[in-house]
Amino acid sequence: MRRSWNGLAWLGFAVALAAAASYIPIFVRFASTRDVPWVNLLLFLAAGWMLAVSLKRAYGEPERYGGKVSSAVLSILALAIFGIFCWGNFVFARRVPVASEAPQAGQQAPDFTLVSAGGEPVSLASLLKSNRAVLLIFYRGYW
Amino acid sequence: MDDFRARGVAIAAISVDSSAESRKLSQDRGYSFIFLSDPQAQTIRRYGVLHPGAGEHGRDIARPAEFLVDAKGLIRWVNLTDDIRVRARPEVVLEEIDYLQLPPK
Repeated sequence: MRRSWNGLAWLGFAVALAAAASYIPIFVRFASTRDVPWVNLLLFLAAGWMLAVSLKRAYGEPERYGGKVSSAVLSILALAIFGIFCWGNFVFARRVPVASEAPQAGQQAPDFTLVSAGGEPVSLASLLKSNRAVLLIFYRGYW
Repeated sequence: MDDFRARGVAIAAISVDSSAESRKLSQDRGYSFIFLSDPQAQTIRRYGVLHPGAGEHGRDIARPAEFLVDAKGLIRWVNLTDDIRVRARPEVVLEEIDYLQLPPK
């Protein structure tokens, strides 16, 4: 009897890849899917299920399915991708310095003059003159 | 962003990105903030939000933080996230602004 190709292993690996690769371009843009990457985690779960089934097929039903090597290798790679994704989201993302020197509520905001995207200098003092309040958002920068 | 404008609150986003890079970001994402460029991270340092070596090629950049400053220059609210992915939600900031009952301009 001809053995079936264990395509589920490849599909599982592709889903794991998509789970990791989709986070930054897609899910980071929405707070509901960024703060806790639940969509990506669900995709990893689906990938894990597919790879588990593919391993069971390759080793449990070797007369019907091939792919002993491919399912094992793809499972290990998918696990590595999952590990890197988790490290990035739950370890690396939290490596933020303590900011003990940051001014606190009740203190004067240090004045500054910085160049805007349009190329003109903008000072905090000038913003405060023409607004009820100013929200300063410090961010890491565009990748 | 209109909710902020309606309340007379300007938003200034500060990073080490150059004016050109900020222009691109503002166009790509359609933000209407005032983007300010702090390439040497001097203002970032004055606000205590430096993240040394965390940028591309080991560049010093800012760690995420928000400061709400009233018209007198007093800081009224600070958010120092401990996770670079998580920012203060706009609804949270708007609630804080309303709660503070800032005098009108």
